[in-house]
Amino acid sequence: MSDFVIENRIWSPEETLPRDRLEALQLERLREAVRRASQVPFYREAFARTGITPESMRSLDDVRRLPMTTKNDMREHYPLGLLAVGRDKLARIHGSSGTTGKPTFVAYTADDLRLWADLCARFLVAGGLQPGHLVHIAFGYGLFTGGFGLHYGVERVGAAVLPASAGNTPRQIMLLKDLQADALVCTPSYALNIAEVMRGEGEDPRTLNLKVAHFGGEPWTEDMRREIESELGLLAFNNYGLSEVIGPGVSGECAARSGMHFQEDHFLVECLDPATLEPVPDGTQGELVITALTKQAMPVIRYRTRDIASLDRSPCPCGRTGVRMSRVVGRTDDLLIVRGANVFPSQIEEALLRVDGTAPHYLIEVDRPGHLDEVTVHVEMRPQFFSDRMSQIQALHDRIAKAIHAVAGIRVNVNLVDPQTLERSAGKARRVIDHRRDKGLI
Amino acid sequence: MKIKQLSVFLENKPGQLSHPCRVLADAGINIVTLSLADTQQFGILRVIVRQWQEGLDALKAAGCVVNVTDVVAVEVPDRPGGLATILEAIEKAGMNLEYMYAFTIRSGDKAVLVFRFEDPDAAIHRLQTAGIDVVDGVELYKRTD
Repeated sequence: MSDFVIENRIWSPEETLPRDRLEALQLERLREAVRRASQVPFYREAFARTGITPESMRSLDDVRRLPMTTKNDMREHYPLGLLAVGRDKLARIHGSSGTTGKPTFVAYTADDLRLWADLCARFLVAGGLQPGHLVHIAFGYGLFTGGFGLHYGVERVGAAVLPASAGNTPRQIMLLKDLQADALVCTPSYALNIAEVMRGEGEDPRTLNLKVAHFGGEPWTEDMRREIESELGLLAFNNYGLSEVIGPGVSGECAARSGMHFQEDHFLVECLDPATLEPVPDGTQGELVITALTKQAMPVIRYRTRDIASLDRSPCPCGRTGVRMSRVVGRTDDLLIVRGANVFPSQIEEALLRVDGTAPHYLIEVDRPGHLDEVTVHVEMRPQFFSDRMSQIQALHDRIAKAIHAVAGIRVNVNLVDPQTLERSAGKARRVIDHRRDKGLI
Repeated sequence: MKIKQLSVFLENKPGQLSHPCRVLADAGINIVTLSLADTQQFGILRVIVRQWQEGLDALKAAGCVVNVTDVVAVEVPDRPGGLATILEAIEKAGMNLEYMYAFTIRSGDKAVLVFRFEDPDAAIHRLQTAGIDVVDGVELYKRTD
Protein backbone atom coordinates (compact mmCIF):
# COMPACT_ATOMS: atom_id res chain seq x y z
CA MET A 1 0.00 0.00 0.00
CA SER A 2 1.02 3.62 -0.53
CA ASP A 3 2.37 5.80 2.27
CA PHE A 4 0.37 8.62 0.71
CA VAL A 5 -2.01 10.01 3.32
CA ILE A 6 -5.50 10.97 2.28
CA GLU A 7 -6.70 14.25 3.61
CA ASN A 8 -10.40 14.38 4.30
CA ARG A 9 -11.27 17.08 1.79
CA ILE A 10 -14.87 17.74 0.88
CA TRP A 11 -15.60 19.23 -2.52
CA SER A 12 -19.21 20.43 -2.12
CA PRO A 13 -20.90 21.63 1.06
CA GLU A 14 -24.01 19.65 0.00
CA GLU A 15 -22.08 16.45 0.76
CA THR A 16 -22.35 17.13 4.49
CA LEU A 17 -25.88 18.54 4.69
CA PRO A 18 -27.68 17.40 7.83
CA ARG A 19 -30.16 14.67 6.92
CA ASP A 20 -33.28 16.78 7.52
CA ARG A 21 -32.04 19.54 5.24
CA LEU A 22 -30.83 17.04 2.68
CA GLU A 23 -34.21 15.35 2.61
CA ALA A 24 -36.05 18.65 2.31
CA LEU A 25 -33.82 19.48 -0.66
CA GLN A 26 -34.50 16.04 -2.17
CA LEU A 27 -38.25 16.50 -1.89
CA GLU A 28 -38.11 19.92 -3.51
CA ARG A 29 -35.96 18.49 -6.30
CA LEU A 30 -38.17 15.42 -6.68
CA ARG A 31 -41.09 17.70 -7.54
CA GLU A 32 -38.88 19.46 -10.07
CA ALA A 33 -37.83 16.11 -11.49
CA VAL A 34 -41.48 15.09 -11.93
CA ARG A 35 -42.19 18.41 -13.59
CA ARG A 36 -39.28 17.98 -16.00
CA ALA A 37 -40.15 14.35 -16.70
CA SER A 38 -43.66 15.47 -17.66
CA GLN A 39 -42.05 16.95 -20.78
CA VAL A 40 -41.33 13.39 -21.94
CA PRO A 41 -44.37 11.66 -23.50
CA PHE A 42 -43.38 8.33 -21.95
CA TYR A 43 -43.48 9.76 -18.43
CA ARG A 44 -46.35 12.17 -19.11
CA GLU A 45 -48.60 9.28 -20.10
CA ALA A 46 -47.50 7.13 -17.16
CA PHE A 47 -48.06 10.02 -14.71
CA ALA A 48 -51.50 10.70 -16.17
CA ARG A 49 -52.56 7.08 -15.64
CA THR A 50 -51.99 7.30 -11.89
CA GLY A 51 -52.66 10.98 -11.32
CA ILE A 52 -49.07 11.96 -10.58
CA THR A 53 -48.33 15.67 -10.45
CA PRO A 54 -45.31 17.47 -8.99
CA GLU A 55 -47.51 18.61 -6.09
CA SER A 56 -48.61 15.04 -5.39
CA MET A 57 -45.10 14.34 -4.13
CA ARG A 58 -45.73 15.22 -0.49
CA SER A 59 -42.95 13.21 1.08
CA LEU A 60 -39.95 11.29 -0.21
CA ASP A 61 -41.93 8.08 0.29
CA ASP A 62 -44.17 9.24 -2.53
CA VAL A 63 -41.39 8.31 -4.92
CA ARG A 64 -42.81 4.81 -4.62
CA ARG A 65 -45.92 5.94 -6.44
CA LEU A 66 -43.87 6.86 -9.49
CA PRO A 67 -43.55 4.44 -12.41
CA MET A 68 -40.28 2.60 -12.88
CA THR A 69 -38.00 2.92 -15.86
CA THR A 70 -36.20 -0.11 -17.27
CA LYS A 71 -33.43 -0.64 -19.75
CA ASN A 72 -36.09 -1.95 -22.07
CA ASP A 73 -38.02 1.33 -21.87
CA MET A 74 -34.83 3.04 -23.02
CA ARG A 75 -34.43 0.60 -25.89
CA GLU A 76 -38.02 1.14 -26.95
CA HIS A 77 -37.42 4.87 -27.20
CA TYR A 78 -34.29 4.49 -29.28
CA PRO A 79 -32.52 6.66 -30.14
CA LEU A 80 -33.56 9.80 -28.22
CA GLY A 81 -37.25 9.38 -27.42
CA LEU A 82 -36.83 10.21 -23.73
CA LEU A 83 -35.50 13.75 -24.17
CA ALA A 84 -37.12 16.44 -22.04
CA VAL A 85 -35.46 19.27 -23.97
CA GLY A 86 -35.15 20.14 -27.66
CA ARG A 87 -32.21 18.66 -29.51
CA ASP A 88 -30.79 22.16 -29.90
CA LYS A 89 -30.24 22.22 -26.13
CA LEU A 90 -27.98 19.16 -26.13
CA ALA A 91 -24.29 19.44 -25.37
CA ARG A 92 -23.24 15.78 -25.52
CA ILE A 93 -24.56 12.31 -26.30
CA HIS A 94 -23.12 9.13 -24.80
CA GLY A 95 -24.21 5.56 -25.18
CA SER A 96 -24.05 2.36 -23.25
CA SER A 97 -22.79 -0.68 -25.03
CA GLY A 98 -25.61 -2.95 -25.99
CA THR A 99 -24.48 -6.52 -25.50
CA THR A 100 -27.31 -7.32 -27.89
CA GLY A 101 -27.67 -5.02 -30.86
CA LYS A 102 -27.90 -1.24 -30.62
CA PRO A 103 -26.61 0.92 -27.78
CA THR A 104 -28.94 3.00 -25.67
CA PHE A 105 -28.19 6.71 -25.88
CA VAL A 106 -28.11 9.20 -23.05
CA ALA A 107 -27.97 12.94 -23.57
CA TYR A 108 -26.68 15.91 -21.60
CA THR A 109 -27.30 19.63 -21.60
CA ALA A 110 -24.43 21.96 -20.77
CA ASP A 111 -25.77 22.13 -17.21
CA ASP A 112 -25.88 18.34 -17.03
CA LEU A 113 -22.22 18.21 -18.06
CA ARG A 114 -21.28 20.76 -15.42
CA LEU A 115 -23.15 18.75 -12.78
CA TRP A 116 -21.52 15.53 -13.95
CA ALA A 117 -18.00 17.00 -13.74
CA ASP A 118 -18.82 18.23 -10.26
CA LEU A 119 -20.07 14.83 -9.12
CA CYS A 120 -16.87 13.20 -10.39
CA ALA A 121 -14.80 15.89 -8.70
CA ARG A 122 -16.50 14.99 -5.40
CA PHE A 123 -15.40 11.39 -5.35
CA LEU A 124 -11.99 12.14 -6.86
CA VAL A 125 -11.26 14.60 -4.05
CA ALA A 126 -12.74 12.22 -1.46
CA GLY A 127 -10.24 9.69 -2.78
CA GLY A 128 -7.18 11.92 -2.44
CA LEU A 129 -6.93 13.74 -5.76
CA GLN A 130 -5.32 17.14 -5.42
CA PRO A 131 -4.77 20.10 -7.76
CA GLY A 132 -1.35 19.60 -9.29
CA HIS A 133 -1.70 15.84 -9.65
CA LEU A 134 -1.46 14.19 -13.05
CA VAL A 135 -4.19 11.65 -13.70
CA HIS A 136 -3.63 8.88 -16.22
CA ILE A 137 -7.03 7.94 -17.65
CA ALA A 138 -6.96 4.51 -19.26
CA PHE A 139 -10.72 4.27 -19.77
CA GLY A 140 -11.88 4.25 -23.36
CA TYR A 141 -12.81 7.67 -24.73
CA GLY A 142 -15.94 7.28 -26.77
CA LEU A 143 -19.61 6.60 -26.27
CA PHE A 144 -18.74 4.98 -22.92
CA THR A 145 -19.25 7.49 -20.09
CA GLY A 146 -16.15 6.43 -18.11
CA GLY A 147 -13.46 8.27 -20.05
CA PHE A 148 -15.11 11.64 -20.55
CA GLY A 149 -16.85 11.60 -17.17
CA LEU A 150 -13.61 11.22 -15.24
CA HIS A 151 -11.76 13.51 -17.63
CA TYR A 152 -13.91 16.55 -16.85
CA GLY A 153 -14.03 15.62 -13.16
CA VAL A 154 -10.23 15.70 -12.98
CA GLU A 155 -10.13 19.04 -14.76
CA ARG A 156 -12.74 20.39 -12.37
CA VAL A 157 -10.54 19.46 -9.41
CA GLY A 158 -7.70 21.42 -10.98
CA ALA A 159 -5.53 18.41 -11.66
CA ALA A 160 -4.03 17.54 -15.05
CA VAL A 161 -5.35 14.83 -17.35
CA LEU A 162 -3.39 12.41 -19.45
CA PRO A 163 -6.09 11.00 -21.76
CA ALA A 164 -4.25 7.77 -22.49
CA SER A 165 -7.50 5.96 -23.36
CA ALA A 166 -7.70 2.18 -23.37
CA GLY A 167 -5.46 -0.50 -24.77
CA ASN A 168 -1.81 -0.98 -25.76
CA THR A 169 -0.48 -1.83 -22.33
CA PRO A 170 3.25 -1.40 -23.13
CA ARG A 171 2.50 2.15 -24.26
CA GLN A 172 0.43 2.76 -21.10
CA ILE A 173 3.39 1.61 -19.00
CA MET A 174 5.76 3.87 -20.92
CA LEU A 175 3.45 6.84 -20.28
CA LEU A 176 3.09 5.98 -16.60
CA LYS A 177 6.87 5.75 -16.19
CA ASP A 178 7.84 8.76 -18.27
CA LEU A 179 5.14 11.20 -17.19
CA GLN A 180 5.04 10.08 -13.54
CA ALA A 181 1.25 10.18 -13.17
CA ASP A 182 0.05 10.48 -9.57
CA ALA A 183 -3.31 8.83 -10.12
CA LEU A 184 -4.69 6.08 -12.32
CA VAL A 185 -8.21 5.74 -13.66
CA CYS A 186 -9.23 2.47 -15.30
CA THR A 187 -11.00 -0.79 -14.54
CA PRO A 188 -9.51 -2.71 -11.60
CA SER A 189 -8.71 -5.69 -13.79
CA TYR A 190 -6.78 -3.44 -16.17
CA ALA A 191 -4.68 -2.16 -13.26
CA LEU A 192 -3.76 -5.75 -12.46
CA ASN A 193 -2.94 -6.29 -16.10
CA ILE A 194 -0.54 -3.31 -16.06
CA ALA A 195 1.17 -4.73 -12.97
CA GLU A 196 1.40 -8.17 -14.51
CA VAL A 197 2.90 -6.90 -17.77
CA MET A 198 5.47 -4.86 -15.84
CA ARG A 199 6.41 -7.88 -13.72
CA GLY A 200 6.73 -9.91 -16.91
CA GLU A 201 9.25 -7.36 -18.17
CA GLY A 202 11.18 -7.66 -14.92
CA GLU A 203 9.99 -4.26 -13.70
CA ASP A 204 8.58 -3.41 -10.28
CA PRO A 205 5.15 -1.73 -10.63
CA ARG A 206 5.72 -0.11 -7.25
CA THR A 207 8.41 2.08 -8.79
CA LEU A 208 5.67 4.01 -10.60
CA ASN A 209 4.71 7.34 -9.06
CA LEU A 210 1.05 6.33 -8.56
CA LYS A 211 -0.46 7.34 -5.23
CA VAL A 212 -4.13 6.67 -5.79
CA ALA A 213 -6.37 4.91 -8.27
CA HIS A 214 -10.05 5.38 -8.96
CA PHE A 215 -11.67 2.24 -10.27
CA GLY A 216 -15.02 1.63 -11.84
CA GLY A 217 -16.71 0.04 -14.80
CA GLU A 218 -16.83 -3.50 -13.42
CA PRO A 219 -17.50 -5.33 -10.17
CA TRP A 220 -14.45 -6.13 -8.06
CA THR A 221 -13.68 -7.43 -4.59
CA GLU A 222 -11.75 -6.50 -1.45
CA ASP A 223 -9.24 -9.23 -2.33
CA MET A 224 -8.61 -7.49 -5.64
CA ARG A 225 -8.19 -4.18 -3.83
CA ARG A 226 -5.53 -5.67 -1.55
CA GLU A 227 -3.73 -7.23 -4.48
CA ILE A 228 -3.78 -4.05 -6.58
CA GLU A 229 -2.64 -1.92 -3.68
CA SER A 230 0.28 -4.15 -2.81
CA GLU A 231 1.26 -4.70 -6.46
CA LEU A 232 1.15 -1.06 -7.50
CA GLY A 233 1.85 0.63 -4.16
CA LEU A 234 -1.20 2.90 -4.17
CA LEU A 235 -4.55 3.45 -2.51
CA ALA A 236 -7.46 2.17 -4.58
CA PHE A 237 -10.92 3.76 -4.47
CA ASN A 238 -14.20 2.48 -5.76
CA ASN A 239 -16.81 4.56 -7.51
CA TYR A 240 -20.14 3.74 -9.04
CA GLY A 241 -22.34 5.06 -11.76
CA LEU A 242 -24.21 4.08 -14.86
CA SER A 243 -24.80 5.94 -18.06
CA GLU A 244 -28.60 5.72 -17.82
CA VAL A 245 -28.45 7.72 -14.60
CA ILE A 246 -25.56 10.05 -15.56
CA GLY A 247 -22.34 7.99 -15.68
CA PRO A 248 -19.63 7.74 -13.01
CA GLY A 249 -20.25 10.03 -10.06
CA VAL A 250 -23.46 8.55 -8.70
CA SER A 251 -21.56 7.35 -5.64
CA GLY A 252 -17.96 7.02 -4.52
CA GLU A 253 -15.73 6.09 -1.61
CA CYS A 254 -14.24 8.46 0.92
CA ALA A 255 -11.01 7.92 2.86
CA ALA A 256 -12.90 5.61 5.26
CA ARG A 257 -13.47 3.23 2.36
CA SER A 258 -16.43 1.54 3.93
CA GLY A 259 -19.03 1.96 1.23
CA MET A 260 -19.65 4.51 -1.50
CA HIS A 261 -21.45 7.71 -0.54
CA PHE A 262 -24.45 8.34 -2.72
CA GLN A 263 -24.63 11.90 -4.06
CA GLU A 264 -28.06 12.12 -2.55
CA ASP A 265 -28.65 15.78 -3.32
CA HIS A 266 -28.82 14.71 -6.98
CA PHE A 267 -29.97 11.09 -6.83
CA LEU A 268 -32.74 9.48 -4.83
CA VAL A 269 -31.88 5.86 -4.20
CA GLU A 270 -34.12 2.98 -3.22
CA CYS A 271 -33.01 -0.56 -2.45
CA LEU A 272 -35.79 -2.96 -3.38
CA ASP A 273 -36.43 -6.66 -3.38
CA PRO A 274 -36.26 -7.33 -7.13
CA ALA A 275 -39.08 -9.86 -6.90
CA THR A 276 -41.62 -7.92 -4.87
CA LEU A 277 -40.27 -4.40 -5.52
CA GLU A 278 -40.77 -3.71 -1.81
CA PRO A 279 -37.98 -1.90 0.06
CA VAL A 280 -35.48 -4.12 1.87
CA PRO A 281 -34.08 -3.15 5.30
CA ASP A 282 -30.70 -1.39 5.39
CA GLY A 283 -27.87 -3.88 5.19
CA THR A 284 -29.93 -6.29 3.11
CA GLN A 285 -29.09 -6.82 -0.53
CA GLY A 286 -31.55 -5.53 -3.05
CA GLU A 287 -31.77 -3.88 -6.43
CA LEU A 288 -30.79 -0.24 -6.56
CA VAL A 289 -33.48 1.93 -8.11
CA ILE A 290 -32.35 5.49 -8.80
CA THR A 291 -34.19 8.69 -9.59
CA ALA A 292 -32.08 11.51 -11.02
CA LEU A 293 -33.30 14.62 -9.25
CA THR A 294 -31.61 17.34 -11.27
CA LYS A 295 -30.74 15.99 -14.69
CA GLN A 296 -32.25 18.07 -17.49
CA ALA A 297 -31.80 16.52 -20.92
CA MET A 298 -32.93 13.04 -20.00
CA PRO A 299 -34.76 12.84 -16.70
CA VAL A 300 -34.84 9.34 -15.32
CA ILE A 301 -37.44 8.28 -12.81
CA ARG A 302 -36.89 5.17 -10.68
CA TYR A 303 -34.40 3.56 -13.02
CA ARG A 304 -34.03 -0.14 -12.29
CA THR A 305 -30.25 -0.48 -12.32
CA ARG A 306 -30.34 -4.29 -12.06
CA ASP A 307 -27.36 -3.85 -9.72
CA ILE A 308 -27.58 -5.68 -6.42
CA ALA A 309 -26.07 -3.95 -3.39
CA SER A 310 -27.03 -2.94 0.15
CA LEU A 311 -27.33 0.45 1.83
CA ASP A 312 -25.76 1.67 5.06
CA ARG A 313 -27.19 4.77 6.76
CA SER A 314 -24.89 4.75 9.77
CA PRO A 315 -22.82 7.94 10.22
CA CYS A 316 -19.45 8.04 8.46
CA PRO A 317 -16.37 9.51 10.16
CA CYS A 318 -15.65 11.60 7.04
CA GLY A 319 -18.67 13.80 7.78
CA ARG A 320 -20.49 13.12 4.52
CA THR A 321 -24.14 12.44 5.16
CA GLY A 322 -24.97 10.60 1.94
CA VAL A 323 -26.10 7.02 2.44
CA ARG A 324 -23.36 4.52 1.58
CA MET A 325 -23.85 1.64 -0.83
CA SER A 326 -21.91 -1.58 -0.72
CA ARG A 327 -20.01 -2.96 -3.66
CA VAL A 328 -22.25 -4.25 -6.40
CA VAL A 329 -22.47 -7.94 -5.59
CA GLY A 330 -24.51 -9.11 -8.55
CA ARG A 331 -26.99 -8.31 -11.26
CA THR A 332 -30.69 -8.98 -11.17
CA ASP A 333 -30.32 -10.37 -14.69
CA ASP A 334 -28.77 -13.36 -12.97
CA LEU A 335 -31.47 -13.57 -10.35
CA LEU A 336 -33.79 -16.54 -10.46
CA ILE A 337 -37.08 -16.46 -8.65
CA VAL A 338 -37.91 -20.03 -7.77
CA ARG A 339 -41.12 -20.81 -5.91
CA GLY A 340 -40.99 -17.26 -4.58
CA ALA A 341 -37.41 -17.46 -3.34
CA ASN A 342 -34.63 -15.31 -4.78
CA VAL A 343 -31.68 -17.37 -5.93
CA PHE A 344 -28.47 -16.16 -7.52
CA PRO A 345 -26.42 -18.57 -9.62
CA SER A 346 -23.46 -17.41 -7.53
CA GLN A 347 -25.10 -19.05 -4.50
CA ILE A 348 -25.20 -22.37 -6.33
CA GLU A 349 -21.54 -21.91 -7.16
CA GLU A 350 -20.73 -21.13 -3.54
CA ALA A 351 -22.56 -24.28 -2.43
CA LEU A 352 -20.66 -26.44 -4.91
CA LEU A 353 -17.37 -24.99 -3.71
CA ARG A 354 -18.26 -26.16 -0.21
CA VAL A 355 -18.72 -29.72 -1.41
CA ASP A 356 -15.69 -30.15 -3.62
CA GLY A 357 -13.17 -27.57 -2.60
CA THR A 358 -12.52 -26.43 -6.14
CA ALA A 359 -14.40 -24.30 -8.64
CA PRO A 360 -16.81 -26.67 -10.28
CA HIS A 361 -18.71 -26.29 -13.48
CA TYR A 362 -22.46 -26.27 -13.40
CA LEU A 363 -25.62 -25.46 -15.31
CA ILE A 364 -28.91 -24.47 -13.70
CA GLU A 365 -32.08 -25.52 -15.46
CA VAL A 366 -35.41 -24.14 -14.30
CA ASP A 367 -38.79 -25.37 -15.44
CA ARG A 368 -42.40 -25.36 -14.33
CA PRO A 369 -43.80 -28.69 -15.44
CA GLY A 370 -47.04 -28.28 -13.47
CA HIS A 371 -47.76 -25.52 -11.02
CA LEU A 372 -44.45 -25.57 -9.21
CA ASP A 373 -41.01 -24.46 -10.29
CA GLU A 374 -38.41 -27.18 -10.53
CA VAL A 375 -34.70 -26.58 -10.52
CA THR A 376 -32.14 -29.04 -11.79
CA VAL A 377 -28.49 -28.31 -11.20
CA HIS A 378 -26.20 -30.16 -13.57
CA VAL A 379 -22.82 -30.75 -11.97
CA GLU A 380 -19.81 -32.35 -13.55
CA MET A 381 -18.72 -35.63 -11.96
CA ARG A 382 -15.07 -35.41 -11.01
CA PRO A 383 -13.08 -38.62 -11.59
CA GLN A 384 -11.60 -38.55 -8.08
CA PHE A 385 -15.08 -38.60 -6.57
CA PHE A 386 -16.32 -41.50 -8.65
CA SER A 387 -16.85 -44.87 -7.05
CA ASP A 388 -18.20 -48.18 -8.26
CA ARG A 389 -20.57 -48.10 -5.29
CA MET A 390 -24.02 -46.68 -5.72
CA SER A 391 -24.14 -45.57 -2.10
CA GLN A 392 -21.06 -43.37 -2.43
CA ILE A 393 -22.31 -41.54 -5.50
CA GLN A 394 -25.72 -41.20 -3.94
CA ALA A 395 -24.02 -39.69 -0.90
CA LEU A 396 -22.11 -37.20 -3.09
CA HIS A 397 -25.35 -36.39 -4.84
CA ASP A 398 -27.08 -35.77 -1.51
CA ARG A 399 -24.19 -33.67 -0.19
CA ILE A 400 -24.50 -31.39 -3.21
CA ALA A 401 -28.27 -31.08 -2.82
CA LYS A 402 -27.90 -30.35 0.90
CA ALA A 403 -25.21 -27.73 0.36
CA ILE A 404 -27.37 -25.95 -2.20
CA HIS A 405 -30.31 -26.04 0.18
CA ALA A 406 -28.15 -24.64 2.96
CA VAL A 407 -26.77 -21.76 0.87
CA ALA A 408 -29.62 -20.90 -1.48
CA GLY A 409 -32.56 -22.10 0.59
CA ILE A 410 -34.15 -24.11 -2.19
CA ARG A 411 -34.44 -27.80 -2.92
CA VAL A 412 -33.06 -28.78 -6.28
CA ASN A 413 -32.60 -31.90 -8.34
CA VAL A 414 -28.94 -32.64 -8.81
CA ASN A 415 -27.87 -34.24 -12.05
CA LEU A 416 -24.31 -35.51 -12.25
CA VAL A 417 -22.86 -35.32 -15.74
CA ASP A 418 -19.63 -36.35 -17.42
CA PRO A 419 -16.59 -34.11 -16.91
CA GLN A 420 -15.75 -31.51 -19.55
CA THR A 421 -19.29 -31.51 -20.90
CA LEU A 422 -20.61 -28.24 -19.44
CA GLU A 423 -19.69 -24.88 -20.92
CA ARG A 424 -16.63 -23.27 -19.34
CA SER A 425 -16.86 -20.03 -17.43
CA ALA A 426 -14.36 -18.11 -19.57
CA GLY A 427 -16.30 -15.14 -20.89
CA LYS A 428 -20.02 -15.32 -20.48
CA ALA A 429 -20.77 -18.98 -19.94
CA ARG A 430 -24.44 -19.76 -20.02
CA ARG A 431 -25.13 -20.82 -16.45
CA VAL A 432 -28.90 -20.77 -16.52
CA ILE A 433 -31.50 -22.21 -18.83
CA ASP A 434 -34.94 -21.03 -17.83
CA HIS A 435 -37.61 -22.97 -19.69
CA ARG A 436 -40.27 -20.88 -17.97
CA ARG A 437 -39.15 -17.96 -20.09
CA ASP A 438 -39.38 -19.98 -23.32
CA LYS A 439 -42.89 -21.05 -22.31
CA GLY A 440 -43.89 -17.48 -21.54
CA LEU A 441 -44.55 -18.32 -17.87
CA ILE A 442 -42.34 -15.53 -16.54
CA MET B 1 -7.14 -64.20 -6.69
CA LYS B 2 -8.76 -60.84 -7.24
CA ILE B 3 -10.22 -59.80 -10.57
CA LYS B 4 -10.20 -56.28 -11.94
CA GLN B 5 -13.54 -54.69 -12.65
CA LEU B 6 -13.90 -51.45 -14.59
CA SER B 7 -16.67 -49.15 -13.29
CA VAL B 8 -17.96 -46.44 -15.60
CA PHE B 9 -20.12 -43.47 -14.65
CA LEU B 10 -23.21 -43.04 -16.80
CA GLU B 11 -25.20 -39.86 -17.06
CA ASN B 12 -28.94 -40.17 -17.00
CA LYS B 13 -29.61 -39.61 -20.67
CA PRO B 14 -30.24 -41.70 -23.77
CA GLY B 15 -27.28 -43.37 -25.47
CA GLN B 16 -25.10 -43.38 -22.38
CA LEU B 17 -24.65 -47.13 -22.23
CA SER B 18 -23.64 -47.62 -25.83
CA HIS B 19 -20.75 -45.16 -25.65
CA PRO B 20 -18.40 -47.09 -23.32
CA CYS B 21 -19.38 -50.36 -25.02
CA ARG B 22 -18.39 -48.88 -28.39
CA VAL B 23 -15.11 -47.60 -26.95
CA LEU B 24 -14.22 -51.09 -25.70
CA ALA B 25 -15.31 -52.63 -28.99
CA ASP B 26 -13.14 -50.24 -31.00
CA ALA B 27 -10.21 -51.13 -28.77
CA GLY B 28 -10.80 -54.81 -29.63
CA ILE B 29 -11.72 -55.65 -26.04
CA ASN B 30 -14.34 -58.30 -25.32
CA ILE B 31 -16.66 -57.87 -22.38
CA VAL B 32 -16.66 -61.06 -20.33
CA THR B 33 -19.58 -59.97 -18.20
CA LEU B 34 -21.24 -56.79 -17.02
CA SER B 35 -23.76 -55.39 -14.64
CA LEU B 36 -25.69 -52.15 -14.74
CA ALA B 37 -26.79 -50.27 -11.65
CA ASP B 38 -28.95 -47.24 -12.05
CA THR B 39 -31.08 -44.72 -10.25
CA GLN B 40 -33.27 -42.05 -11.74
CA GLN B 41 -30.34 -39.66 -11.64
CA PHE B 42 -27.32 -41.66 -12.80
CA GLY B 43 -25.99 -45.12 -13.49
CA ILE B 44 -22.87 -47.20 -13.03
CA LEU B 45 -21.74 -49.73 -15.60
CA ARG B 46 -19.50 -52.46 -14.19
CA VAL B 47 -17.62 -54.57 -16.68
CA ILE B 48 -15.13 -57.41 -16.48
CA VAL B 49 -12.68 -57.51 -19.36
CA ARG B 50 -9.53 -59.52 -19.73
CA GLN B 51 -7.35 -56.63 -20.88
CA TRP B 52 -8.50 -54.32 -18.13
CA GLN B 53 -5.54 -51.94 -18.38
CA GLU B 54 -6.12 -51.36 -22.09
CA GLY B 55 -9.83 -51.01 -21.42
CA LEU B 56 -9.17 -48.46 -18.67
CA ASP B 57 -6.89 -46.42 -20.92
CA ALA B 58 -9.34 -46.49 -23.82
CA LEU B 59 -12.29 -45.42 -21.65
CA LYS B 60 -10.32 -42.63 -20.02
CA ALA B 61 -9.11 -41.41 -23.40
CA ALA B 62 -12.74 -41.34 -24.55
CA GLY B 63 -13.61 -39.01 -21.67
CA CYS B 64 -15.38 -41.56 -19.46
CA VAL B 65 -15.24 -41.34 -15.69
CA VAL B 66 -13.91 -44.80 -14.88
CA ASN B 67 -12.14 -46.54 -12.04
CA VAL B 68 -10.78 -49.98 -11.25
CA THR B 69 -12.18 -52.10 -8.48
CA ASP B 70 -11.03 -55.49 -7.13
CA VAL B 71 -13.79 -58.04 -7.16
CA VAL B 72 -13.87 -61.75 -6.31
CA ALA B 73 -15.14 -64.51 -8.62
CA VAL B 74 -16.72 -67.39 -6.84
CA GLU B 75 -17.90 -70.78 -8.13
CA VAL B 76 -21.41 -71.61 -7.08
CA PRO B 77 -23.05 -75.02 -7.48
CA ASP B 78 -25.72 -74.65 -10.18
CA ARG B 79 -28.60 -76.14 -8.22
CA PRO B 80 -31.30 -74.93 -5.82
CA GLY B 81 -29.71 -73.52 -2.69
CA GLY B 82 -26.27 -73.15 -4.25
CA LEU B 83 -26.17 -69.38 -3.87
CA ALA B 84 -28.04 -69.31 -0.55
CA THR B 85 -25.39 -71.51 1.06
CA ILE B 86 -22.60 -69.24 -0.04
CA LEU B 87 -24.41 -66.07 1.02
CA GLU B 88 -25.04 -67.61 4.45
CA ALA B 89 -21.35 -68.35 4.76
CA ILE B 90 -20.53 -64.75 3.84
CA GLU B 91 -23.03 -63.47 6.37
CA LYS B 92 -21.72 -65.77 9.07
CA ALA B 93 -18.19 -64.51 8.49
CA GLY B 94 -19.46 -60.95 9.00
CA MET B 95 -18.28 -59.83 5.57
CA ASN B 96 -19.86 -56.81 3.98
CA LEU B 97 -21.11 -57.63 0.47
CA GLU B 98 -21.56 -54.49 -1.60
CA TYR B 99 -23.11 -56.06 -4.69
CA MET B 100 -22.89 -59.14 -6.89
CA TYR B 101 -23.68 -60.30 -10.40
CA ALA B 102 -23.20 -63.40 -12.54
CA PHE B 103 -20.81 -64.45 -15.25
CA THR B 104 -22.26 -65.77 -18.47
CA ILE B 105 -19.71 -68.58 -18.39
CA ARG B 106 -20.09 -71.78 -16.46
CA SER B 107 -17.54 -74.08 -15.01
CA GLY B 108 -18.82 -77.62 -15.41
CA ASP B 109 -21.87 -77.87 -13.20
CA LYS B 110 -21.01 -74.63 -11.48
CA ALA B 111 -22.00 -71.03 -12.15
CA VAL B 112 -19.53 -68.23 -11.58
CA LEU B 113 -20.55 -65.10 -9.65
CA VAL B 114 -18.79 -61.77 -9.11
CA PHE B 115 -18.78 -60.47 -5.54
CA ARG B 116 -17.78 -56.98 -4.49
CA PHE B 117 -16.60 -57.01 -0.87
CA GLU B 118 -15.47 -54.06 1.15
CA ASP B 119 -12.22 -55.90 1.88
CA PRO B 120 -11.60 -58.37 -0.96
CA ASP B 121 -8.40 -59.89 0.53
CA ALA B 122 -10.04 -60.75 3.82
CA ALA B 123 -13.07 -62.05 1.93
CA ILE B 124 -10.97 -64.40 -0.22
CA HIS B 125 -9.28 -65.78 2.84
CA ARG B 126 -12.55 -66.42 4.63
CA LEU B 127 -14.26 -67.88 1.58
CA GLN B 128 -11.43 -70.33 1.09
CA THR B 129 -11.46 -71.20 4.77
CA ALA B 130 -15.16 -71.93 4.43
CA GLY B 131 -14.38 -74.29 1.54
CA ILE B 132 -15.83 -72.06 -1.16
CA ASP B 133 -14.02 -72.04 -4.51
CA VAL B 134 -12.59 -68.69 -5.53
CA VAL B 135 -11.60 -68.53 -9.17
CA ASP B 136 -8.57 -66.50 -10.12
CA GLY B 137 -8.36 -64.38 -13.23
CA VAL B 138 -6.06 -66.65 -15.21
CA GLU B 139 -8.30 -69.62 -14.64
CA LEU B 140 -11.40 -67.60 -15.33
CA TYR B 141 -10.26 -66.13 -18.61
CA LYS B 142 -9.03 -69.55 -19.76
CA ARG B 143 -12.64 -70.62 -19.70
CA THR B 144 -13.65 -67.75 -21.91
CA ASP B 145 -11.20 -68.71 -24.65
